Amino acid sequence: MSKYLLNKFLFTVDRDPELVERYREDPVGTVAWWESSMANSILNCHSGESSTWLAFEPGEREALSSHDYIRLFELGAHPFLTLTLFIALFERDYAEPLAFQKEYGARLARFSLPYPDIST
Amino acid sequence: MATLAAVIASTHHPFYYRASTAPPEERPPFADAWVAKILAFRETLTRARPDVLVMVGSDHFHQLWLDNMPQFLVGKAPFYDANFYNEEREFGLPKMTLRGSEELSTHILRGGLDEGFDLAFSNELRIDHSITCPIITLRPEADLPIVPVYTNIFAPPMPQPWRFVELGKALRRLVESWPSELRVAVIGTGHLSLELGGPRQFGPHGPDPEFDRKAVEWIAGGDIERALAEVSLESLWNPGNATHGFMDFMLMMGVAGEGAKADHVDTLDLFHTMEAYFTWYPEGAPA
Repeated sequence: MSKYLLNKFLFTVDRDPELVERYREDPVGTVAWWESSMANSILNCHSGESSTWLAFEPGEREALSSHDYIRLFELGAHPFLTLTLFIALFERDYAEPLAFQKEYGARLARFSLPYPDIST
Repeated sequence: MATLAAVIASTHHPFYYRASTAPPEERPPFADAWVAKILAFRETLTRARPDVLVMVGSDHFHQLWLDNMPQFLVGKAPFYDANFYNEEREFGLPKMTLRGSEELSTHILRGGLDEGFDLAFSNELRIDHSITCPIITLRPEADLPIVPVYTNIFAPPMPQPWRFVELGKALRRLVESWPSELRVAVIGTGHLSLELGGPRQFGPHGPDPEFDRKAVEWIAGGDIERALAEVSLESLWNPGNATHGFMDFMLMMGVAGEGAKADHVDTLDLFHTMEAYFTWYPEGAPA
């Protein structure tokens, strides 16, 4: 499990308007590019310094590559990060205010307490 | 010494700015009632005539990230820029710049460390809607210097609820021991029951109205003992997966003091979450 890396993907894409659009249009390509070039960047550190060990597990890569927020919830990605980014990605496709958010909640209906652990 | 002019605890709803500033044809049906409650709440701060604001909130993965996550952090800077791109995108929040009171920050950091709180500090902090929402609701002029205090209510492992209460008590001692003639208001924001990114989100009410009812009772009556008896890091997952934000209300109960009954209590049952507003006047209600 690399919940930290899932969160890092959601966090870095969410803060960058260009990456938000790129991830919306090409999730498979964006995830592959991000994992190969961004996953090991230490965010709060001098540029040029990087880690050596961070990689997605296959199910994580697949969940991100298919915009599968239900699976991300199940994997223990931080729900606030997932929600915020996915609102940016898809709210625009719904006519009614909060319609996307309500559908998002309804699609998670099979989860009951305790929810998947989000500890990193 | 400085005067603790008011203690204020509030929810921070990022939809308020847009709801209250939209043109009439776009205003949601609940906007007028919400604005009326906010104006009454704002008056409770105005009456206290504050000179400086200590602002307790929590960064929502904006500047603070999992590679270096402080539990409690105090800003010490002459200015704080505010609101982030994704808050502008989702909530329409404006960019802001607030002045900082470095003198009070220095006093709180030194005193807090000496009291046993290993406070992190930041000399360049961009603050988010947990602090700008109460500026917008309570002091829209944004003219007073602030000391931001961030808590981790977001990323496990988090401090225990009693630790938030103790930090609140310490903040009060530190404000009251600040060698200054200024009047300080301590304003903190958190949540009642709240679900974000889970199956119970954006329902017709908050996810757990019964928790909200009890929580408002604890806060309004200053019942720290009861709140601590009924709330734990584990139990807070049950009313909603973002309900650890209630620990910032517990911090504010610590500032107000055990048994301190709030002088102003108001709530608004919105879809999705219960709004709640509390003000205490430690020196007695101003004339």
